[in-house]
Amino acid sequence: MEFLRSIGITEIVMQFMLINAILGLSMYLVLYTGMFSLANAGFMSIGAYTGVILTQNFNQPLWVGLIGGMVVAGVLAVPIGLPVLRLKDIYLAIATIGFGEVVRILILNFDTLAGSITGESVRLTRGALGITGIPKITETWHLLAFLVVTGFIMIRLHRSRFGRAMAAVRQDEPAAANMGINVVYTKNMVFIMSAVLAAAAGVLKAHLTRTISPGDYGFDQAVSILAFAVLGGTSTWVGPLVGGFVLTALPEILRDFKQYRGIVNGSILLLVIVYLPGGMVNPAGWSQMWARLRGKKQGDTLTTEVS
Amino acid sequence: MLELRNVSRLFGGLQALNQVNMLVPTGKVVGLIGPNGAGKTTLINNISGLDHPTSGEILFNGTPIHTRAPHHIAQLGIARTYQNIRLFGEMTALENLLISQHGRGSASILDALVFTPRYLREERRLRDTASGLLERFNLTPVAKLRAGNLPYGDQRRLEMARALGTQPKLLLLDEPTAGMNPVETEALGEQILRLVREDGLTVLVIEHDMSLIHQVCDEIYVLNFGQIIAQGTPDEIKHNPQVIEAYLGQDED
Repeated sequence: MEFLRSIGITEIVMQFMLINAILGLSMYLVLYTGMFSLANAGFMSIGAYTGVILTQNFNQPLWVGLIGGMVVAGVLAVPIGLPVLRLKDIYLAIATIGFGEVVRILILNFDTLAGSITGESVRLTRGALGITGIPKITETWHLLAFLVVTGFIMIRLHRSRFGRAMAAVRQDEPAAANMGINVVYTKNMVFIMSAVLAAAAGVLKAHLTRTISPGDYGFDQAVSILAFAVLGGTSTWVGPLVGGFVLTALPEILRDFKQYRGIVNGSILLLVIVYLPGGMVNPAGWSQMWARLRGKKQGDTLTTEVS
Repeated sequence: MLELRNVSRLFGGLQALNQVNMLVPTGKVVGLIGPNGAGKTTLINNISGLDHPTSGEILFNGTPIHTRAPHHIAQLGIARTYQNIRLFGEMTALENLLISQHGRGSASILDALVFTPRYLREERRLRDTASGLLERFNLTPVAKLRAGNLPYGDQRRLEMARALGTQPKLLLLDEPTAGMNPVETEALGEQILRLVREDGLTVLVIEHDMSLIHQVCDEIYVLNFGQIIAQGTPDEIKHNPQVIEAYLGQDED
């Protein structure tokens, strides 16, 4: 602990590392199924607002807010996923960025909108200023417990029928369908699971930062979540976890570089992208880079044994 | 077993299939031949549900399947291979065979999470079936290798094994001998005949290799420009003037 604190990782940094690892995993689920979705930030904000409204306006404990946020995001993921998941690749990314913007603007104007419908003054999302003064009730052990459970689910998922179907859908959709896999069901199910995870991270984070506003969950946040997963590596679920940890801790560790911090941070990330295109947790990538650094020729990975 | 009634498929102005009528009887091997671009793969795609006919009916054991989703058709008992191999290349041979049995399992994510007996039993069953298939297709030594890294011949055999993993009644083979030498082709023919004799499968095979067609087929349909131009036993087809014309062109004189 002392060592961690000495390199700049205080308790709050560690808490953010855990939250970002959860977000990385929510991104991992969709990427693992071959869906380039950037809707996670949107679902995170739905979760955060639902959770905070439950704990603040209705005086519920944190766990009710957490479950409430997860349920609302999961339910909303159905009507979003059904039409949007017919799209692929960059088109899916664009549509889901659009979804994020719709959520942001809806939350921004929610009070006015609801007020004009009901005819009374509504004060739920509180517009652009957002909700402030949220009590800091998320504990480190909440986050750790949540992450452990999520990690366990990830391990089991890979050894289950559904997890194999996810991988099959990513690799060859028509062939997966011909094997008897319901592609639409698989994709939507994963989209819901991913939304639920992102929402949970949203609720837990809101009760740490003590203040939320619609701008916290815009395009920047969506790209950050993508970065956790991609820089961590999506070949195993450990990648996004490590990605979330490293990308959160790195700027803190580099505090000593003062005004050059941004440059050093960016350079490190750039080096990862150049030398480890498969992400930080990627055994094949490491051995390839090792071979490259030693000046050996590539291509002897032709018969790499797996598992 | 399989019946096509006036099946047509239009791609914009292109008539890929034009009023195709076809009958694949139970326990028989039916061949489908025709020049490149005749619509053979389109026909297989329509049967397996990846594409749907513009008009007409496809009946499988009396059930109309021409509007069904591909996973549904697979569960009814139709499996296929592809002209260009479409294995799940990032996964091992074994995992490919586990995936192929997807429709034969029922354990949910929750079962897997809490290790219910149903999950454990099913997982054991899937692995047993998979290792049986590996054994049968001489793939046991490569079970743990990535499918995408296997030699071509192994990939072809694995694709066939994967199709059988869905436990089909009808097997659609799309040019199974592409890239094979005569010895391998004959071995494949033997394999197909064994599937029909021992497993009671019905087979519809698209092929260019006439020796294989002669070896395995009970009946042949000839497709040209989306239309069935001839039908009959391999010997009848060989001497059919219309077929010779479709393949070699018309005599100028």
